[in-house]
This record gives sequence, C-alpha cells and structure tokens, in this order.
Amino acid sequence: MSGPEAVRGLIQNRFEDGLIVTSADQLINWSRKNSIWFMTFGLACCAIEMMATGGSRYDLDRFGILPRGTPRQSDLMIVAGTVTLKMATRVKRLYEQMPEPKYVVSMGSCANNGGPYWRHGYHVLKGVDEVVPVDIYVPGCPPRPEALLYGLLKLQEKIQEDRVLRKRGLTVGSLAGATLDGASDEPRQARKP
Amino acid sequence: MDAGAIRDALALKFGERITSADLEAGSPFAVVRTDAIAEVAAFCKAEPALCFDNLMCLSGVDYPKQTPPRMEVVYHLFSYRHRHSFALKVQLPRENPAVPTVESVWGVANWHEREAWDLFGIVFTGHSDMRRILLPDDWEGHPLRKDWQDPEYYNGLHVKPTPQMVDRVLQGETIGVGPFDFTPENRHVEEP
Repeated sequence: MSGPEAVRGLIQNRFEDGLIVTSADQLINWSRKNSIWFMTFGLACCAIEMMATGGSRYDLDRFGILPRGTPRQSDLMIVAGTVTLKMATRVKRLYEQMPEPKYVVSMGSCANNGGPYWRHGYHVLKGVDEVVPVDIYVPGCPPRPEALLYGLLKLQEKIQEDRVLRKRGLTVGSLAGATLDGASDEPRQARKP
Repeated sequence: MDAGAIRDALALKFGERITSADLEAGSPFAVVRTDAIAEVAAFCKAEPALCFDNLMCLSGVDYPKQTPPRMEVVYHLFSYRHRHSFALKVQLPRENPAVPTVESVWGVANWHEREAWDLFGIVFTGHSDMRRILLPDDWEGHPLRKDWQDPEYYNGLHVKPTPQMVDRVLQGETIGVGPFDFTPENRHVEEP
C-alpha cells in the first residue's frame, strides 16, 4: 500500500486533541517545515529565479530549504517553468516517486495555468495541477525571489497546520479562506477537468 | 565577396537552376530549383571563393496565401573564412513537400531538417534519421503549418483550455498566495 492512504491509515485521523498528541504534532510539523528539501525542477526561465532564491543573496538555506537532485529524497517539488505536454507525464512520474509527505509549489504563470501559452500554445499544459496536486501557486512571470520565498513561507505555515496524529477537520487553520486543503478530510488530488 | 558576386558565381555555375535572386532583401538570397539544392550546397561549401563552411540556420516557412500556395526551406549560410553570408531558398508545393537533404554537406543540417519535418512536415529525402525532434513521438500533425488546428486532447491532457478552466481562472480559484494582487479585476485573460 502506498500513497496518502498508507500514511492516514497508520497515524492520521485517529487521536482526539490532547496535550501529548498536540505537542507531538507540533514537534513533527516543526521539524518537517524546517527541513524542506526541494527537487530541482527547473523547466524554463523561472528556474533562474529559483536558483537566485537558493543563492547567497536570498539564501533559502536559512529556512532549512535545500535543493536535492533526486525525487526519492525530496519533500517538495517546485515546478518552475513551462510544463509542456511532453513533459507532463514526466512531472507526474517524478511526483509519484517522491515519498510522503510531499508538497508541490507551482511557480510562475506557465505552471499555474499555461501563462502566455494559455490560448495559442499547442504544446503547453494548461496548469500543472492537471497532473499533480498543487499546494501553493506563486504568480509572476517569472516571480521574483521574494515572491517564491513568500510562497515557501506560506507552505511552511501550511505544514505547521498539518494534523499528523490528531483528527482532521476539527479546527480551521490560520489559512482559512485560502484555497489550501490542509484542513480538508479528502486526500489531495490532481484537478479534475 | 558581396552578395552580387556570390549570386553571379552561382548563376555562372548553375545557370537555369538558380531561378531568381533578391539582393535588396535583408539577407540577400537566391532561389534554387528543388532538385539542385544538394549540388548547390556542396558547391557553396567546396568552392574556395565562397567557402560557406557554416550553415547558420535551416528553416521552413509556410505561405498558404501565395499563388500557388507553397512552402519554402531557407538556408542561411555564413563563411568563417571570408566573413560573408548568403541565403538559399527552395520553393515546394504545400501538398507533400519534399526536398533533398544537405546533411552530407553540413552535419548540422541533420537536426535542423528533423525540426523542419517535425513542425512543418517537410520531407528531406535521403535524410539518415527522419524522426521528430521536439514534439513527442506519438504526436500527430505538424503544428507550425498555418492550417493547424489544435486537437481537443493529447494523451488525455487538454490542449485547449476548457470553459471550466476559463471560469476557474477568472474566479481566481487557481491562483493562491503571493505578494502581488491577482484578483480577477487585475487579471487579463482572453476568453477562448
């Protein structure tokens, strides 16, 4: 058994809120959110901004966010750039190779919804959320490093709200209103057209 | 050599097979008969006075509104020795365009010709490896032709945005967080 169901079946959605599980959740989430290793998935010009974000000036390292060259040891996939139809199947495969818990940041207009290729691009996927579930969308063409940083900080907030041991859906997280599914009972899914 | 001298050298050697030339164009060119292109290319490279040792670009062009409708293949040549450049063109029918390969003259033509086949459907006879180079192998059609119509799906993925997708974007559902205001009023999305 693999995928979200395996994780949920073991620990998630089992415990009522209590001092021990709440503290344990906080500890688990704290360690998860401060050691996000992201797979280097640069597809186009957004990748340049992603590299700049990882470089010394913006320094993702200070948040514990490191690039990792393999999906098997990554927590996060930053889809940075234009996802072509040819690439879409590869994106999906690499996502499936990542271990749980895994997160996806869609960076830039192309990955969000096709961007400038929205209408006339015969070769571009209309949003990477057609093939993988996306946690954070970062708009921009390309987004500046500050924008990507903001998205990653939002992702950290989302991870901190995660309920690893406690029952889901009892309280609403601080991101209420945003289209984040951390508080939802449903496992994350790719968009259904 | 300047463009006029190059045109003269080609005309002297090939006569009728150089059908026309334009020396006033942005990059001066001569139009070559389709069956002569391989020979002309070999001459352009081997002749010491021309010495076009570099094929800078090989591109296809689609002209559906010309009479008769035609496709063209354009060869942009450059000589590192003489620092001069020139262009050759061949004109092909739009139905089943085919032209001899120049792969044996300039090795770089291999990939360029595959690209022209991939995107325009121009067949290069004698090419050693006539496969698609950019698009997936199971792609159907040649999308840079002017009469190209987007298919509905490619392997179950949408090629054209559906009305639901347009609604979702207009309602701001797919754009999550960021320091910039991407509310629907500030976004410009063309309705398909």
